Amino acid sequence: MEVTMTVNGERVTHDVEPRMLLVHFIRETLDLTGTHWGCDTSNCGACVVLKDGKPIKSCTTLAVMCEGAEIRTVESLEVDGQLDPIQQGFHEMHALQCGFCTPGMLMTTRALLDENPNPSDLEIRTAISGAICRCTGYKNIVAAVHWAAEHERTEV
Amino acid sequence: MQTPAPFGYERATTIDDAIATLQRLGSEARVIAGGHSLLPMMKLRLASPEHLVDINGISGLEYITETEGEIRIGALTRHVDLLNSELLAERFPLFRDAEEVIADPVVRNHGTIGGSLCQADAAEDLSAVCSAAKASVVIRGADGERVVSMEDFHVGPYMTAVGAGEILTEVRLKVSESAGSAHEKVERRAGDWAIAAASACVWMEGGTFADVGVALSAVGLTTIHLTRAEELLRGKAPSYDLFTEAATIASEDCSPMPDGRGPVDYKRHLAGVLTGRALRRATARALNEEA
Repeated sequence: MEVTMTVNGERVTHDVEPRMLLVHFIRETLDLTGTHWGCDTSNCGACVVLKDGKPIKSCTTLAVMCEGAEIRTVESLEVDGQLDPIQQGFHEMHALQCGFCTPGMLMTTRALLDENPNPSDLEIRTAISGAICRCTGYKNIVAAVHWAAEHERTEV
Repeated sequence: MQTPAPFGYERATTIDDAIATLQRLGSEARVIAGGHSLLPMMKLRLASPEHLVDINGISGLEYITETEGEIRIGALTRHVDLLNSELLAERFPLFRDAEEVIADPVVRNHGTIGGSLCQADAAEDLSAVCSAAKASVVIRGADGERVVSMEDFHVGPYMTAVGAGEILTEVRLKVSESAGSAHEKVERRAGDWAIAAASACVWMEGGTFADVGVALSAVGLTTIHLTRAEELLRGKAPSYDLFTEAATIASEDCSPMPDGRGPVDYKRHLAGVLTGRALRRATARALNEEA
């Protein structure tokens, strides 16, 4: 069936099977492979994208359920070579090793900062409690979010 | 790769539209709301509905209001809104207790109360929460609405009173100034299913329990209504010994399965401990004595 949604500002229409998951629509139909697909059971958080501004797990959402929705993936963070502060924060604080969880972590924490520009350690840890890093860089991820929050606040 | 088996998909724009579509499609059609219980089950082939009717486009089904002495919650209300509701936190704080530990914040953005209840998974928290709070649910079909108590709503594992061609539209809770409630859960890690969880709601009158609701998650094939503990407490004044006795009943009346989350004796012990804690906290809240 036909589905139309806006992905990273671009309106896309495709004919898909109803059973196609949003994560596969993004990765295979749109060829946006920045969004990772990990556990398949909505536990790991690697597939998190923003739907109408809120983080969702794209492995547990059907593409057809996103008719008319505004989707943002990790590819939308960098604009004209300028990294989003959250990306810069992950870079500065060494908040990734293998990088598999990173797209989900970035989108989850981007949504956190959009809602709460000055989160506490606990608020950050709660926000990413649905995202698993198996290199176990949580300490640096928390530091990266603080870095981004501080720099966003001072830039405004 | 886990992908559901093929199915037909239709979107409903009103409740009547959803009911008409469900009736047309027959008993192999299922409603999808947040999809965070149903889609994982479809991926694992534990559920294979032939048709899905998406109700996310129905407006006016996401609300938490207080009218005519009742809290009314629309079936499409998301977990995140149950967590953030000040009205619920004041009237039935066990909702916030539970929502803080249901899945994770990202899942809570999508999952709904109606979906949780209709899934009727014994390990799911809101079924126990609504049972303890003595909620009722509104079920609508082509012939109109009926209001069903939680006891009649739970028919068996993953089975509810919602029939083919019907849809759950609302959850209702009777408001009382004398009520206090709490939910206690132990899980292995953030976002995991409970090892065990206990919900308690007490209604006080002149220093004694006018009524009590206690229910357990994850320690049986269905949500466990602890009617024997409720009978024990009714009409009595709260005391340490009484809570200990209720906790013993919880350990006896649950029927946990051994699994990776623990053996049977541990789960029985935990069900008792959590029941005692939930009752103490619910009572303290009813008496405005919470530490």
